[in-house]
Amino acid sequence: MTVETVLEVRDLHTHFFLRRGVVKAVDGVSFSLRRGEVLGLVGESGCGKSLTALSLMRLLPKGGARTIKGEVRLGGENILECTPAEMREIRGRRISMVLQDPQTSLNPVFTVGDQLREAIQRRKRAPRAAVMEEAVAALRRVEIAAPEQRIGQYPHQMSGGMKQRVVGAIAISGEPGVLIADEPTTALDVTIQLQYLKLLKRLQAETGMAILFITHDFGVVGRMCDRVAVMYAGRIVECGPVRQIFEAPQHPYTRALIASVPKMTGPVGRLATIEGQPPSLMDLPAGCRFASRCALVEQRCLDVYPGTVRVGEEHTADCWKAASS
Amino acid sequence: MKRYIARRLMQGAILLCMVATIVFFLGRLTGNPVDLMLPEDATPEDRTALIQTLGLDGPILDQFAIFVGKAVHGDLGMSIRMKQPAVEAFFDRLPNTLVLIPWAILLGMMLGIPLGVVAALNRGGMLDRAAGTVAVLGVAMPSFWLGVLLIFVFSVELGWLPSGRMGGPSHYVLPVITLGTFLVAGFMRITRSAMLEVMESEFVKLARIKGLSEAVVIWKHCLRNALIPVLTLWGVFVGNLITGAIVTETVFAWPGIGRLTYEAVIYRDFPLLQAVIILKSILILSINLGVDILYAYVDPRIRLA
Repeated sequence: MTVETVLEVRDLHTHFFLRRGVVKAVDGVSFSLRRGEVLGLVGESGCGKSLTALSLMRLLPKGGARTIKGEVRLGGENILECTPAEMREIRGRRISMVLQDPQTSLNPVFTVGDQLREAIQRRKRAPRAAVMEEAVAALRRVEIAAPEQRIGQYPHQMSGGMKQRVVGAIAISGEPGVLIADEPTTALDVTIQLQYLKLLKRLQAETGMAILFITHDFGVVGRMCDRVAVMYAGRIVECGPVRQIFEAPQHPYTRALIASVPKMTGPVGRLATIEGQPPSLMDLPAGCRFASRCALVEQRCLDVYPGTVRVGEEHTADCWKAASS
Repeated sequence: MKRYIARRLMQGAILLCMVATIVFFLGRLTGNPVDLMLPEDATPEDRTALIQTLGLDGPILDQFAIFVGKAVHGDLGMSIRMKQPAVEAFFDRLPNTLVLIPWAILLGMMLGIPLGVVAALNRGGMLDRAAGTVAVLGVAMPSFWLGVLLIFVFSVELGWLPSGRMGGPSHYVLPVITLGTFLVAGFMRITRSAMLEVMESEFVKLARIKGLSEAVVIWKHCLRNALIPVLTLWGVFVGNLITGAIVTETVFAWPGIGRLTYEAVIYRDFPLLQAVIILKSILILSINLGVDILYAYVDPRIRLA
């Protein structure tokens, strides 16, 4: 493999230090992102997907969240060691992000044009008219009709899908090499969802940026991603090319997740569910974190965390039962 | 918007009727103004004659009917003490009060808003607590006490500033500080809580994702949103200043409508008291309506609704 790695995350730990104890929300996450690929980050609510993304941006929520260990290499440079000023230079220009809810992502008291202009001016200083022209072009690029009129409008005058396109335009206006999309379609109607995913795909093809696509929807993964990383209780438990994960999932959690996706064909039955609850992130078990819900559990699963097993070229799983290759 | 304004005007008219009724009867509970006007050796005949000239004889309901009848024609009567139409007396004094208000609000905002932002940024820290202390002091200090204290220190002891009456710019300093101190606390507290709320929002996160500097994020993206509740306070404060300047104006012998109100009460000048209260109510109602309309310009979401 000679494809350039644009983002490399190694052993990332982001914990919440609360009075009640330490919540290990991200607890040893490693993955890499190559130029031009879409890596899906999948997992249920509260497994640490979004916090992983915010750790990469170094925009952790207030209230005790700290990244205590690990490396985030963006083009070879560990951005966890950057000063806040250096980090501001990196944000928007080299790594950017689309947030989940378009209804709240835009500032209600400034026009769409104002908010786009700020992002464009990060990249270059130019006269106002030229920047405005570029803002119109940016809106056209995300397929907003009549961008000349839209540019002077306020966020509340737009639909959710349109707002999310504007957020997308803002996020990529600094021409970043890495885009994090944190469940960008969760808040949209299904019909709008598909349009938005196609748009992201097209923009990616045009710019060659790498996308870290966070979702809990395996259907979206199949459509969008080249590779997928499955996250459970603060760790990535399986990672590999989408095709292999779908065809031969190795981790019991991945298998259970795929089984719980409703199918459009075949007889209608009850959906498969995963019994039980994820472990408390304040009190994680010594062994495998999925052990308490796993059908194949053995004694060693409870005692020792299974190392990362290589189950194929590029395909890894953290499971004692995974067939190593 | 037009229908909204019309409805608000209707509500205002009803409120005014109630205010006029209350002030008419409440004023008359305090006693008879002629007792204060006549010399000590006046005969009962003098008293009766004066009561008649002032129109204070006859059943109180008849007096009320006369008052209402004149009031709907815009005539609020003659001031008993000043021998001048009450409305005229009010508008003679009003500018003196109005010149104080912008300065007091400016002082309140210039100190209160930055303090509120700083407090929000340092939530739970030393600066937050210091700003909180300032806020509590500002609210807790009654203006009659603060005013007298300022006069004592700056006029009596140091001799730097005049202790009262209208005059050049130096005459404004102490009354404006007295009025403004109360406002600092209000502006600070509302800015702080609004900022804390806004800083948690997603659009602030997006502003940071864009790579904007912290100064732009805080002072542009956060503060502009946080100013919406501050504006509401504006309406309340202007109202408070017009009515509540009574104490400050009395302490500083400032010839505004606050002092006029005080005098009207003390001398049982019923027509003047009625006029002052009714006109003040009209002022406050129009200010509140004005602020609501102004809202639409700060918050574009309201503009279209």
